[in-house]
Amino acid sequence: MFVLKRLLFVILVVWSASTITFFIPRISDINPIRERFAELARLGGFSAGELETIVASYSKAFGLDKPLMQQYFDYIGGVMTLDFGVSLNKFPKTVLMLIAESLPWTIGLILVTTILSFVIGNLVGALAAWPLSPRWVRGISTSFILFQGVPPVLLAILLIFFVAFKLNILPIAGAYSIGTIPDFTFEFILDVLRHQILPGIALIFGSLGTWVLSMRGMGITIQGEDYVVFAEHKGLSSYTIFKDYYLRNALLPQVTAFALALGNVITSAIVVETIFGLPGLGFVLITAIRSNDFLVIYGIVLFITITVAVLMALVELLYPLLDPRVRQGQE
Amino acid sequence: MKYLLDITGLTVSYYTDIGRAIALNQVDLKLKQGEKLGLVGESGSGKSTMGLAMMRMIKPPGKVEGGSVVIGGVEMLQLSDKEMLKKRLSTISYIPQGAMNSLNPVLKIKRQMIDAYKAHYPNHKLDQVLQLAHEAMTSVELPEHVLEMHPHELSGGMKQRVCIAIGILLRPQIIIADEPTSALDVVTQRQVIETLNRVQQKIGSALILIGHDMGLMAQSMDKVAVMYAGEIVEINDVQTIFTNPKHPYTQALISSLPRLQNRGEFRGIPGMAPSLYRLPNGCRFHPRCNQQQPQCQTTSPHKSVFEDEKYVTCHLYEAS
Repeated sequence: MFVLKRLLFVILVVWSASTITFFIPRISDINPIRERFAELARLGGFSAGELETIVASYSKAFGLDKPLMQQYFDYIGGVMTLDFGVSLNKFPKTVLMLIAESLPWTIGLILVTTILSFVIGNLVGALAAWPLSPRWVRGISTSFILFQGVPPVLLAILLIFFVAFKLNILPIAGAYSIGTIPDFTFEFILDVLRHQILPGIALIFGSLGTWVLSMRGMGITIQGEDYVVFAEHKGLSSYTIFKDYYLRNALLPQVTAFALALGNVITSAIVVETIFGLPGLGFVLITAIRSNDFLVIYGIVLFITITVAVLMALVELLYPLLDPRVRQGQE
Repeated sequence: MKYLLDITGLTVSYYTDIGRAIALNQVDLKLKQGEKLGLVGESGSGKSTMGLAMMRMIKPPGKVEGGSVVIGGVEMLQLSDKEMLKKRLSTISYIPQGAMNSLNPVLKIKRQMIDAYKAHYPNHKLDQVLQLAHEAMTSVELPEHVLEMHPHELSGGMKQRVCIAIGILLRPQIIIADEPTSALDVVTQRQVIETLNRVQQKIGSALILIGHDMGLMAQSMDKVAVMYAGEIVEINDVQTIFTNPKHPYTQALISSLPRLQNRGEFRGIPGMAPSLYRLPNGCRFHPRCNQQQPQCQTTSPHKSVFEDEKYVTCHLYEAS
């Protein structure tokens, strides 16, 4: 029942997101196809006189001459089969192909950094609030919180300047060294990892402070709880108390926050990908925006919406496993 | 070794921004095996601090500044932190005040008993642990399936009994129950106290019941210790405390208890308990005392010890 409810919710989110992305471009007078060809004409591709004929034939090809409701149902049908249409800019390629090409880069970066940031941030936050921790843990947590004030953009630029340019230990930009051929060899994977370090650091430090700060606050509250005190009266080792009584309970609201953070992560990833010239989803999106590639923009936005909705549903399904009180509520 | 518990000169202070608050001042207490002691006093008189000091659970800014706590011949205050961990629950156990929140909400009751057991006997087999857990549940009259439940599925009285079950799991020599009934209705209170008495008798341990409820003390305790501003002012048989109280504070306390004969009248003790930061000179109770002597304002009274380690701390009884 609980699972079914979550699933229905995901479908509802995807449906409303796709409806919005369908109608927004159609509200405006701009015909993306005409815009595209007009631009080509300006660049001297062909004579402007044939423009209307070309636009009409392309509109027919994209199904834009059909009645609005018909187009809407075609579109929704397409979304259900993950068919977001074709790119206007890189014409024969479909939006899905563009997403599929860039997605591994983004997933690799976002997933690893988000999870690392969550794990490190919460552990450091929890330790910072724990009275038995050594002093330096508190020092680290404070410096993480300070870093939080630096926007990832600035941090990325600083990292490029000092680490990549001045010290020259890590590559400045790109997903892999120019001239290498993408392959599943050890050297290539190592090369890719080297290129991911700086963007990774920029992303991790962008969100680490939030986790440290919220976990430290949570930890201080949980420490005063009667069950932590009673656990001490039971003579448990401080390791058991930390793990099963303190961290386990303090982490519960953080998991909710994790689901909410997923949406924001993508935004900062777009910025960082652009700065480091990584061929990820964010980079494709920026390129599409620059070249008015409407279908790609809406396709990617919709894709991100679906992903976040699904991930949030997954986190919610995970929650009852962590908190028995939620388990009972759903029965 | 006549006494199971022997506390002498126990002193605990809290250091705060305002200054030093003396929460316990030179407290002596002796308890025999199987004896039941009620510890009464106003809020802030040092009852819980005393329990926590015995468990060595006074946390900063609090500090044990002197005295000794000997249980079964072992000086608790000299043990290393690791040794003290082993003593908790197995030698001396503390049943907490807020049973409502004293159980970890995310773990099953069974798990919370197992980890307590494993902390003390890491090499024992799991079925031995479960055997003890079942026994403990039977002693507090809870059905065994409660072991498989989470705290939020239990009522307040059940949670309190689970806490008692955990407290007696390792058959400690001393049980300290800190206001175990304060959040419960009177019917449940009686059940919990009866449970506590029964298990205490079954495992033959000494019991220290901390609380305000004089009725409860009268019903089931052997001895009562009355605390005032961080000191035990009188410790005596429960009978003597109620019928022939010695210390003026105990007298005032007993006479302020509501009685059925004179309804409508509600007498208190005039004045307020002193701040622990600024204690009066001499006897701590003298500003509120109705039998004040000239020396009360200047010199602290000494213990006047009667037989069997009962005593009163008052100038009226000092041998002159």
